[in-house]
Amino acid sequence: MENKNERRREEILRISGVNPRKCMKCGKCSATCPSYDEMEYHPHEFVYMVESGELAPLLESKSIYKCLTCFACVERCPRGVEPAKLIEAVRLTVIREKGANHLKADDIPAKLDEEIPQQLLMSAFRKYSK
Amino acid sequence: MQRIGVFVCHCGTNIAGTVDVVAVAEALKNEPGVVHSAEYQYMCSQAGQDLIKAAIKEHNLSGIVVCSCSPRMHEATFRKTAAAAGLNPYMVEIANIREQCSWIHKDMASGTEKAIILGKAAIAKVNLNTPLTPGESPVTKRALVIGGGIAGIQTALDIADAGFPVDIVETKPTIGGKMAQLDKTFPTLDCAACILTPKMVDVAQNEKIRIFSYSEVVDVRGFVGNFDVTIKKRARYVKEDICTGCGLCTEKCPQKKVPNEFNLGMDNRRAIYIPFAQAVPKVATIDADYCTMLKTGKCGVCAKVCTAGAIDYEAKDEFIEEKYGAVVVATGFNPISMDKFDEFAYNQSKDVITSLEFERLTNAAGPTAGKLLRPSDGEHPHTIVFVQCVGSRCEACAEKGKEYCSKICCMYTAKHAMLTRDKYPDTDVYVFYIDVRTPGKAFDEFYRRAVEEYGVHYIKGMVGKVSPEGNKLKVQASDLIAGKQLHIDADLVVLAAAIEPDKSARGLATMLTASMDTNDFFTEAHPKLRPVESPTAGVFLSGTCQGPKDIPETVSQAGAAASKVIGLLCKDKLTGNPCVAQSDEMMCNGCSSCERVCPYGAITYSDKEFRMPDRTTKIRRVASVNPAVCQGCGACTVACPSGAMDLNGFKNNQIMAEVDAICKM
Ligand SMILES: Cc1cc2nc3c(=O)[nH]c(=O)nc-3n(C[C@H](O)[C@H](O)[C@H](O)COP(=O)(O)OP(=O)(O)OC[C@H]3O[C@@H](n4cnc5c(N)ncnc54)[C@H](O)[C@@H]3O)c2cc1C
Ligand code: SF4
Ligand code: SF4
Ligand code: SF4
Ligand code: SF4
Repeated sequence: MENKNERRREEILRISGVNPRKCMKCGKCSATCPSYDEMEYHPHEFVYMVESGELAPLLESKSIYKCLTCFACVERCPRGVEPAKLIEAVRLTVIREKGANHLKADDIPAKLDEEIPQQLLMSAFRKYSK
Repeated sequence: MQRIGVFVCHCGTNIAGTVDVVAVAEALKNEPGVVHSAEYQYMCSQAGQDLIKAAIKEHNLSGIVVCSCSPRMHEATFRKTAAAAGLNPYMVEIANIREQCSWIHKDMASGTEKAIILGKAAIAKVNLNTPLTPGESPVTKRALVIGGGIAGIQTALDIADAGFPVDIVETKPTIGGKMAQLDKTFPTLDCAACILTPKMVDVAQNEKIRIFSYSEVVDVRGFVGNFDVTIKKRARYVKEDICTGCGLCTEKCPQKKVPNEFNLGMDNRRAIYIPFAQAVPKVATIDADYCTMLKTGKCGVCAKVCTAGAIDYEAKDEFIEEKYGAVVVATGFNPISMDKFDEFAYNQSKDVITSLEFERLTNAAGPTAGKLLRPSDGEHPHTIVFVQCVGSRCEACAEKGKEYCSKICCMYTAKHAMLTRDKYPDTDVYVFYIDVRTPGKAFDEFYRRAVEEYGVHYIKGMVGKVSPEGNKLKVQASDLIAGKQLHIDADLVVLAAAIEPDKSARGLATMLTASMDTNDFFTEAHPKLRPVESPTAGVFLSGTCQGPKDIPETVSQAGAAASKVIGLLCKDKLTGNPCVAQSDEMMCNGCSSCERVCPYGAITYSDKEFRMPDRTTKIRRVASVNPAVCQGCGACTVACPSGAMDLNGFKNNQIMAEVDAICKM
């Protein structure tokens, strides 16, 4: 169990490219986050909990689907921590462990409707195609 | 043949931890010229030095190699040791087996191997060393202080007090710096003007001090004790010796729409102006960018109203040349630009201000006569949000912020918050902080008073976004302790902007050949032991040009810099550095390559008569080096195509011998 957690943690750090030790715990990411009230764990908490290896609550939390990938936290973080990338990596871990829920280009036309902003499709690719 | 002694230092475990010092001493024993080799725990200690002295005498040594820390650390120490034992100090070589060896190696075998190689190189060099004797140069007993903030003022007063003449060069029309713009000062809350302006008057009245205001240093030549400086006195179009500072012109000038920089553009001044009532020198200055007379030739109001006849539209920049023995840099700081921090809406709303602007808004001599009013509509703000660390401690955004802590903003924000609550108890005051850093005498107590006595809301968290909406500023922030995102409708947002060195500092550093760090703060000769000297001899550092500081720290550093200057000016003669370049006139072909590369202008040419082997004479142009100006950088020795230029103490054959010794391994 210990080992699995540590492997997951390393995988999350690897695919996100984030170094949580750079965080100075200022909370500017969570101050910026437009999805704050929807989330149970907030960007700075993701950074802290991944650093301290407290992954289980994050993996189970709905928060990973509430992040809008707007990258506001990435843009504002004074230390270049890039919390959104970390959140995405946690989300990817869940998706992968559930059995590679990949989005293929072919699936797109069926999902298109006039209301869907292009940015969302881009985000969807980022989230589901890795 | 030299008789060389080798001394290997353990430096406690600093060296001995990764280098087998006994093996090094043993290996170096058999090198050419070595007659004695020893190791000891601390060579720099009294006992270590005694050991070296005894060995010099006992073995009649002609040169020594100390395998120890960097020569920057203890070369001078060991040279003194050698001299005390009757050896020429330039017969000492240091093999740096600490910084360049033990500290960067983990493995004993490779650390030891490298230490031996470094030792061999130093021995190879000493074999070719010759005794050198330094020359002497006189000291000009006058100091130059660049920058007239509280740092420059204090340094100048202290130097003048010791009886030496001092000149202050200040770019602005008045001395005083940022402190003149402040309202009250932490931690005792005395009014800045009340403690600063008497010092400014002291400067004006001190006959040892000359002030060159509205001026800048444009050229520096020479070296410690003998700087030749050119000062550009910009035309202010007002005769300083005639203007009485009555200020009539500044009331009558029809050009009223000039942003007033002293109030950070929050109100306007005239084209002819005196920055503030207590300015020193108290004389008017015409701003050529705005004066209609200077731009179009039509106006002349100020000349008409000036009863003293001080206005001179024909004035030109003047250049003054002066000699100085010492130069003190006191160019201070400025808050960084907030232009790139869109999230705080500084450029979108007049009611988002910096802390320095806040000082002006609360200053009785400021644009609102000291009443705290919103810049947009002149209303009293009821909710104020202060944001700390704006652009400080910002590693990710190098193009907008600074990686360091600006050190003063925690304290002045506490001051602003406390004073606001004191004067306007109906105001809600929030301070967003990452950490509250208040190490200093009576500092933490001060901050706690803001919280406990004055009820300032300190919130651990950061502001993420400020959006102007109607006449409110919507502040979105995190409260990390409550685990909440906060939304505050504020009337005023105050940003504690990071501070940076004055932009002119880099150019000045180049002129002075003084070094700077990556943030453009001047570097001190040693961060702990020589904090007010620059590594360039004769150049001293005072105040915030060296790093962020509050007033108490600035003043202590200013006094320390003054005492170093006084120590220098007290000397009649200085001993120079004998490791200077020398040209071999027989080899020099007069090509000027060396002159072009010398950063100190130490090389000149002259035509000399030479007797040729066939008994004819020939006039040839040859280079010669002024040993008092040469800093021994060695640039010329590399540039010289005919190998005529050589550096004493670092001769080409000595360097090659070192390289050979290393390559032989
Ligand atoms: C908002 C705010 C509030 C503060 N409140 C407090 C407080 O309450 N208590 C406290 O202890 N400290 C306070 N400080 C800090 C204080 O202002 C500084 O410690 C102090 O001003 C530093 O003095 P200085 O002489 O080093 O620099 P400066 O005050 O910046 O003076 C430098 C001078 O050099 C001149 N200059 C610059 N470049 C050149 C050049 N190339 N040639 C000639 N002249 C040049 C400048 O024009 C200026 O006059 C505050 C700072 C800020 C920003
Ligand atoms: S903004 Fe960056 S440094 Fe600040 S808490 Fe979030 S991740 Fe950490
Ligand atoms: S990327 Fe996600 S966590 Fe970051 S600010 Fe946007 S919604 Fe919040
Ligand atoms: S002094 Fe305080 S407000 Fe200023 S940068 Fe440092 S921690 Fe931030
Ligand atoms: S070593 Fe040569 S280039 Fe360097 S200062 Fe001396 S004369 Fe100039």
